[in-house]
Amino acid sequence: MTSERNIYRKIDWIMVGCYLLLIIFGWVNIYASSYEVESANIFSLHQRSGMQMLWIGITTIAIALILFVINPRFYFSFTWWFYLFVVLLLIAVLVVGKEVNGSKSWIAIGGFRFQPSEFSKITTSLALASIIGRYNFKISNLPDLAKVLITILIPAGLIILEPDAGTMMVYCGFVFMLYREGLTGWIISFALMIVLLFVLTLKFTPGTAILVLLGIYGVMKGVLEKKVAEHVLLYGAIITPLAFIPKLLKLEPLHKLYEFGPQYFILFFCVVVIAVSLFLNKRSNRPVNLKYLVMTFVCSTLFIFSVQMIFDKVLKEHHRDRIENLLGITQDLKGAGYNVHQSKIAIGSGGFSGKGYLQGTQTKFKFVPEQSTDFIFCTIGEEWGFLGSLGLLALFFTLILRIIHNAEKHTDRSIRVYGYCVACCLFMHVFINISMTIGLFPVVGIPLPFISYGGTSFLSFSILLFIFIRLDLERWK
Amino acid sequence: MGEQYGNKHRILVIGLIAVFMILVFQLINLQLIDESYKINAENNALRYQTRYPVRGLILDRNGKVLVGNTNSYDIIVTPYDVKPFDTLALCQIFTLDPTEVKETFRYYRKYRTRIGYQSRVFLKNVSYAQYSLFIEKKHKFPGFSATPRSIRSYGYNAGGNLLGYVTEADPVFLKKHPEYSAGDYIGKTGLEEVCEATLRGEKGYDIYLRDANNRIQAHYENGEYDKPAVPGKNVVSTIDAELQHYGEHLMQNKVGSIVAIEPSSGEILAMVSSPGINVDILADIGANYKSISTDPFKPMYNRAVMSPQPPGSVFKLVNALIGLQEGVISESTEFGCRNGYHVGNLTVGCHSHPSPVDLKESIMMSCNAYYCYLLREILDNSKYNNIEQSFTKWREYVQSFGFGLKLGSDFPSEKGGFVPSVETYNKVHGKGRWKSLSVISLSIGQGELGCTPLHLANLAATLANRGYYYIPHIIKDTDTLRIDDKYKERHYTMVDTTYFKTVVDGMEMAVNTPPGRGATATIAAVDSLSICGKTGTAQNPHGDDHSVFICFAPKDNPKIAVAVYMENAGFGATWAAPTASLLVEQYLNGEISPKRKWLEDRIVNGFLLDKVPAWKRLQERKQ
Repeated sequence: MTSERNIYRKIDWIMVGCYLLLIIFGWVNIYASSYEVESANIFSLHQRSGMQMLWIGITTIAIALILFVINPRFYFSFTWWFYLFVVLLLIAVLVVGKEVNGSKSWIAIGGFRFQPSEFSKITTSLALASIIGRYNFKISNLPDLAKVLITILIPAGLIILEPDAGTMMVYCGFVFMLYREGLTGWIISFALMIVLLFVLTLKFTPGTAILVLLGIYGVMKGVLEKKVAEHVLLYGAIITPLAFIPKLLKLEPLHKLYEFGPQYFILFFCVVVIAVSLFLNKRSNRPVNLKYLVMTFVCSTLFIFSVQMIFDKVLKEHHRDRIENLLGITQDLKGAGYNVHQSKIAIGSGGFSGKGYLQGTQTKFKFVPEQSTDFIFCTIGEEWGFLGSLGLLALFFTLILRIIHNAEKHTDRSIRVYGYCVACCLFMHVFINISMTIGLFPVVGIPLPFISYGGTSFLSFSILLFIFIRLDLERWK
Repeated sequence: MGEQYGNKHRILVIGLIAVFMILVFQLINLQLIDESYKINAENNALRYQTRYPVRGLILDRNGKVLVGNTNSYDIIVTPYDVKPFDTLALCQIFTLDPTEVKETFRYYRKYRTRIGYQSRVFLKNVSYAQYSLFIEKKHKFPGFSATPRSIRSYGYNAGGNLLGYVTEADPVFLKKHPEYSAGDYIGKTGLEEVCEATLRGEKGYDIYLRDANNRIQAHYENGEYDKPAVPGKNVVSTIDAELQHYGEHLMQNKVGSIVAIEPSSGEILAMVSSPGINVDILADIGANYKSISTDPFKPMYNRAVMSPQPPGSVFKLVNALIGLQEGVISESTEFGCRNGYHVGNLTVGCHSHPSPVDLKESIMMSCNAYYCYLLREILDNSKYNNIEQSFTKWREYVQSFGFGLKLGSDFPSEKGGFVPSVETYNKVHGKGRWKSLSVISLSIGQGELGCTPLHLANLAATLANRGYYYIPHIIKDTDTLRIDDKYKERHYTMVDTTYFKTVVDGMEMAVNTPPGRGATATIAAVDSLSICGKTGTAQNPHGDDHSVFICFAPKDNPKIAVAVYMENAGFGATWAAPTASLLVEQYLNGEISPKRKWLEDRIVNGFLLDKVPAWKRLQERKQ
């Protein structure tokens, strides 16, 4: 056991180091992205880099308080007060909030404005840590699971109302923490499969999605029967000819049938295949339980046939545009696809080693909007090239991995849960933000942690991380 | 249990690695493999500067320039390059208000991140004098520059509301026409609008390279990829510029319009709508738009095609032709007139003239009673079962002259006017509760009739051609701009061409009978021109009668057909007839004979603006 004073010697320098490198890199790039020759002063408060410097100062004070003043027990004693306070702020923002880019997510007090949704990540993480850390908590226990879900859904629901789709998606990231704490992996697999089917149906045809679904069924059945290779071959052999059904129906004598819809014929054959497989399973000497697999198939098929409806009716127009652009269904380089296209150009033009600091033409001429906030990765990609981008990814990767690594070392479950929550938030932000700038994800406005310009986001991410760094020291006591 | 958790930890780490690998692969793809994004980046660093084409000219039928181009200058500012300068000196050059300039720069400062390195138009449409002054002192104002821009100039102060104007495309227009972009100029109203496609030409561009500070470095590849602008094509109008100008000269200080048509082709020689717009105002319409649109005399309103009014007695010609065709009268049919037409309580008054009169004399003296008898003969004709049938037939005849319909000219916003139908009277009187007497005012061109001056000129042309017309049009058929075939077809009326001779003879008598024998239009007579005409005096609820006259000349092989409509001017013979005859004389003889100079003076100096309702509104506003 180390004495209270000496635990600071054990502070995790890898996490702190990653953090310091990230904020310096971010600050330098905020300067580059809003660079104007006329008033080139990185410290000028009229510029974003100067403002960010100010925020770094404020954040340093906050970090000092977290590390040296506040007793870590304090967070867990007051968790629910924090939680309640931020929920009230989230309700307030819907009433008195300031609308920026079509969503009401800012509260302005005097000249100062902030986004409550940024702080809600901290309070939600603490609340989750507090619930799951309780003695006897079991995620398979329905009331326990319900408590967890309600804790997440209250802030997430209020954020959807703003509406702020990006931050809402970050909340979906908590599923990874829940998985770690005992939630079955089927949920994540099922969610991934639904996303895959959605994309396939939109990009290709419902028929394609059904065939892929049949393939998944086959592989999963193989896993259950512990005969994966056989099933891959068998179902591959069944699916390949079925894939030619649309081509076949296009032939002249069958043309009428094609107009009716090839997906129905594909579905018919798939149902036959599954019926036969069920029959054979029943007759085999070691039958396995295929009930959930068949249910999954039925639900997914229903989903596939309602994708177009969901897409047209449930999603808003700008969401539809962004998704269609992402999937390459439409090409609207001046409208919905403009940001992503320009952003890809900027990043692509950086090449291997980049154009050099402050030398980027794409960022300089303001082809990409929101350059110092959501699209700051463009500046990095253009001026620092592949090397710089890779370095940035490596820093984030190391940081997230280190957080998980340290979290695993704790015997106190609530600290581990909190650590995973921090990792999930960071991961979702990094993944969504960078994916959208390089055209792998629809455009949603969320910042790149520690890098993007924006006081609230910077401060809240720093607090989020440093609470963990402080909690982490507890294991040396 | 613990082992299972460890397992989950490992799966999450593998997932994390997988996701970061995906990001790295996409980065490799974008930054290292895919070349297309690098090419695009170069495109972005190139600057395309638009080259605006010169707009096509509008020429008159004789090749004279109605609308040309001249240079004007826009002052451009690049706020980023501006250094502190002598605001007052700049204001002196362009006669600007210094506070306004400061306001503009405050705006630039406020939006400096949005403006970036771009240029803004600081002043539009600067004169050559101001431009040269500015060029002299340009070094004192870094960041400012001047670019020439082509604006419209006008060869004649004529046809202001006929030619239309050119103005910057507004957002509403741009939304409907994606082929245009902001800053483009477009033709609005009149010929500029109709011939926009021909006149506008095609934009080109210059390509420049710029560096990381957005300074233009050089012409890209020595201009090899530049695209020159294609100038717009010229449009030849059927208008005779001199005649148009003379017509406007005659119509000054009067409200109304003149339409002159070449009967053998349907080409519009002149189309005057008074009061019109001075062409100087047209060139800079933006600055004057407000005063124009609030003028009670509505100078932008083209009365010649947009103002349907009762035709008055000139419509008797149509009824005469219908009567002949229907066989209810012949050339020699006579009716008596005792200072008008009297049935029961109803009286249609007429002036004193010899009685009885035959058809030609009825035209010559414009006898009202004759046409009351005639219309009743037409409508009460026993070959029809009832008045609804006979009236429908009458209406078909009238419409075959083009009345009550859009003639289909190539001029925008042409109005169709109005010819009443059976339904009109069923609504007014009730079905079956009206008879020929109820509509008797139609006989003399009053009542529910509405004809535009273009309709009346078309009637004159139809009479000149003895039974057919070409759709009046204002764009001449040339190789660069072919006109629709419909303008080259003869449109016959439902009246046989043989009947026109009698009516035309009557028109000749109306003008050329020696004075004192009751002819109504002797004032319009010009020696040796054998003008055939018909006066009209249209009653209306707004004030004095409208003065109307239609004519064509010469009688044989006519060269010009004219309609003159002067609002609230009084008798047709007093104002419209002399005006039309002067126009004809000017066109055919090229000058006004000395003995008719007094008449020209009287018309030119006539001030009739105070007789129209708009005058009263103007006075009220002044108070």
